[in-house]
Amino acid sequence: MSARIGVVTFPGSLDDRDAARAISIAGGEPVALWHGDADLKNVDAVVLPGGFSYGDYLRCGAIAKFAPVMSLIIEKAHQGLPVLGICNGFQILCESHLLPGALTRNDHQHFICRDQKLRIENTESYWTRDYSMGQEIVIPLKNGEGGYVADEKTLDQLFAEGRVIATYQDGNPNGSYRDIAGITNSRGNVVGLMPHPEHAVEALTGPSLDGLGFFTSAINTLVNA
Amino acid sequence: MIDSVSHAEQQPDTQQPFAELGLKPDEYDRIKEILGRRPTSSELAMYSVMWSEHCSYKSSKVHLRQFGEKAPKTDALLVGIGENAGVVDIGQGWAVTFKVESHNHPSYVEPYQGAATGVGGIVRDIISMGARPLAVMDPLRFGAADAPDTRRVLPGVVAGVGGYGNCLGLPNIGGELVFDDSYLGNPLVNALCVGSMRHEDIHLASAKGIGNLVVLYGARTGGDGIGGVSVLASETFDADGPAKRPSVQVGDPFMEKLLIEATLEVLHAGLVEGIQDLGGAGISCATSELASNGEGGMHVWLDRVPLRDASLSPEEILMSESQERMCAIVTPQHVDAFMDICKKWDVEAIVIGEVTNTGRLVVDWHGEEIVNVPPRTVAHEGPVYERPYHRPEWQDALQANAPTPEVITRPESGDALKQTLLDLIGSPNLASKSWVTSQYDRYVLGNTILAQPEDTGMIRIDEESGLGVAIATDCNARFAKLDPYNGAKLALAESYRNVSVSGAIPLAVTNCLNFGSPEDPEVMWQFAEATRGLADGCLELGVPVTGGNVSFYNQTADTAIHPTPVVGVLGVIDDVERRTPMTWNADSDGELIYVLGDTLDEFGGSEWAHIHGHLGGLPPRVDLQREKLLSEILVAASRDGMITAAHDVSDGGIAIAIAEMAMRANIGARFWVQDDIAPFVFLFSESTARAVVVIPRSEELRFTEMCAARGLPAYRVGVVDSGLGADAGHPGEQVIVMGELFTFTIDQLRQVHEATLPAIFNT
Amino acid sequence: MARVVVNVMLKPEILDPQGRAVQGALGRLGLTGVSDVRQGKQFVIDLEGDLDADRSAKLEELAGELLSNPVIEDFTLTVVE
Repeated sequence: MSARIGVVTFPGSLDDRDAARAISIAGGEPVALWHGDADLKNVDAVVLPGGFSYGDYLRCGAIAKFAPVMSLIIEKAHQGLPVLGICNGFQILCESHLLPGALTRNDHQHFICRDQKLRIENTESYWTRDYSMGQEIVIPLKNGEGGYVADEKTLDQLFAEGRVIATYQDGNPNGSYRDIAGITNSRGNVVGLMPHPEHAVEALTGPSLDGLGFFTSAINTLVNA
Repeated sequence: MIDSVSHAEQQPDTQQPFAELGLKPDEYDRIKEILGRRPTSSELAMYSVMWSEHCSYKSSKVHLRQFGEKAPKTDALLVGIGENAGVVDIGQGWAVTFKVESHNHPSYVEPYQGAATGVGGIVRDIISMGARPLAVMDPLRFGAADAPDTRRVLPGVVAGVGGYGNCLGLPNIGGELVFDDSYLGNPLVNALCVGSMRHEDIHLASAKGIGNLVVLYGARTGGDGIGGVSVLASETFDADGPAKRPSVQVGDPFMEKLLIEATLEVLHAGLVEGIQDLGGAGISCATSELASNGEGGMHVWLDRVPLRDASLSPEEILMSESQERMCAIVTPQHVDAFMDICKKWDVEAIVIGEVTNTGRLVVDWHGEEIVNVPPRTVAHEGPVYERPYHRPEWQDALQANAPTPEVITRPESGDALKQTLLDLIGSPNLASKSWVTSQYDRYVLGNTILAQPEDTGMIRIDEESGLGVAIATDCNARFAKLDPYNGAKLALAESYRNVSVSGAIPLAVTNCLNFGSPEDPEVMWQFAEATRGLADGCLELGVPVTGGNVSFYNQTADTAIHPTPVVGVLGVIDDVERRTPMTWNADSDGELIYVLGDTLDEFGGSEWAHIHGHLGGLPPRVDLQREKLLSEILVAASRDGMITAAHDVSDGGIAIAIAEMAMRANIGARFWVQDDIAPFVFLFSESTARAVVVIPRSEELRFTEMCAARGLPAYRVGVVDSGLGADAGHPGEQVIVMGELFTFTIDQLRQVHEATLPAIFNT
Repeated sequence: MARVVVNVMLKPEILDPQGRAVQGALGRLGLTGVSDVRQGKQFVIDLEGDLDADRSAKLEELAGELLSNPVIEDFTLTVVE
């Protein structure tokens, strides 16, 4: 009896297959979800993967938020469905107002792909329970529009409520305010993360296995529920 | 008033601007002979573009023939030269297709779009073979790094390669970055793509089956890339002449991503009889090639082509190079299912024609026949030139001007040698390429095993078995300038060697031949020599050329670029788990470091000579038998787990190879100069057929005995040691000790190595 | 026939790296004294028929929901003709 985790494919999604692979390696059952179908197939959780949905036209994630599958996801997320948005997925979550703030163009203007050190700042959320507070991990970062921005009030609130789930270490790769790499909502079921844990699940192809924890956290919680 | 076939018949004496379109008088006459009348303006446009150098290979054909004539016998080749890309059997029912192409001139004009559409074009070549594209590589060459025009072109090119490739979801697994004055004004942007398919999925570009439909799908057609053809539009009798047309193509990677998914889905559903991508010469090329490869006849209704710009004339539509378009041959029974899949992916698709048995390509425009030609004459029977060529008069003097000690003073003291190493490792050609490669996604698809700065790119093809392929691209154009015949062999040797160090077995070759003007007999000689060298080299090594690309006219006024025959070699590895990394690791303390192969005093065309502003002498000797032996030993060592690491020795010699290994490992080592070789020669000579290997002590005897038995010289030159810092005066740090000559910390090396490109290109 | 122009700009407090890059380039290309550059987007929307109150309101709503991201952007909407 394993957890069924949906992975949404939008036109232009790129890391959906990698997310599915990571879910399998972590012991879950990946379920493919199509953007055009308002059907979540009874999954226990959802991953919005990285990529360039709709070519990043207009703004990253701006058009994806109107996809039929998203209206269902937004509704369920408000009711507690665990949702992990990675990179473009994070952008979609912000555009959908499931998370505060927005993602903007990297301050140095270039796309950047590097193995990024992060510090885990929250181990209560659905997707970070298998880490320990302050744990340092290295997972790939790859984006052109990864700068997290929000007004001072929101930033203060996020930190005060412990809703920042990870911060950049050893240098801020994209100009994100206060080095924020990922955040969660107050309930802890919706998490947005800029770097890519699904690329750090196999020694052969990634810089570490540090990314597995995001997936095992959700799977273990669901299986033991 | 349209220039239809009947109009051409009735008005035989109309003056036509064939010269402006690049056709010679005898070629124009030949067209009239083929058709039995003067061509319509549409037919003239078609012939002019399809018979251009870029599309017809008229200056290179006679030389490229050698790749077929001298092809080594091999069972691995499933599809050879002639198709969009070569297809190689890699075992377990898998095949891979790969090819490299150039997009040089457009990248000079519009760096971002030129590079982006170069990537787009090569990716479409791969999917039109029925393969899923898996990775890209980009051999790039620019003028001097600090030249103002390089600062104009390079950032745009890199952003374009990254912008398009990243958005398609294709990892960039390697390439080259070379700076040389000879490319100023003529940057070289070559793009490679590799894809895989099951044997049964291989598709060819042919239009078979009378009555089958020709479906155009993808982006709408606009005025991209028309440029010179618009002179024709002004020649039509249409009163509303078009506005100025751009010569540049603009790419949309998102559309291409949808195109890839739709194409793979229709291919796997068995809905396609033949397929072709639209690249140079757009619809003209696709229709004439599909027709001539198939039944020989096709009827096209050009007015059905979906347009972005309604003011385009039929000539312009035929010539347009709008990106992200494909053409498929579909049976009437399958066309609905085909359309459904396109709709699912939001890709526009429309039937624009059908396959016929007339042996003619006929194109109608609103009911009037504007093209009626035998398609073979357009696509395959273009002019073939035997351009004159002769060895340049200055070649002898160039070869005689070797970088001897009298010409350039050689460093002898430890300090001088150390400084030379630092100068080299910080020089633009050898400095860290991270500024470029960090703009490329290397992780997407989750199958990248090796990427830059490793010697070769390697991707996993089968997640169950671990089957993978390795690809390297190389060319030392300075070697090719000194001796084009051997320079081409050396490019092949280096690429072959780079694949072998990873433990993969080299199987096949692709090439991108970048040269100056074929109208210059000296350039033509370089081309003739280089193709001869490459063909001879491939035969000797047993790896066939599967396809490639020629780019001529890379020159400004009378100054041609160095002859630059870029050679790509693809190899196969049965399990990527056992690939050989390039350097030692945290568990390697005490492991032994060997140099395989012989080091001689060879500095002609070397990086050392280059940073002293010198180009002359002869390139290092070629020894393909030795390269083959080295390759076999490296593959065997990998298969039997005998070695921890292996790195190719090339630019900058052993010193640079060691420095690269040390920086990547971030762990120190102690070295000594080989007996009977002057330190300067040992450190910086660029002799070929050499590699640096790291061997566990437990394997040393077995490995050295294998080398001795096979006749490969192997010299112990070092030992891995993470504890050298204290004694070397750098407590707590990782250091490299070179005998009594010099010591440096890896941090110091890294600082120099990583500073160069950001200092120039960060605004 | 109606034409509506919607201009979208980043809110003043949001960092605009593209604007900054343009500012640098203008300076390097010989235009002195450029104190600031901000980069935005313009949407030109052609509508058939008249722009009545309902459509106007809808357009205003979509300008704030689709064409701009209210978290980081402001917009202005002008009816041209």
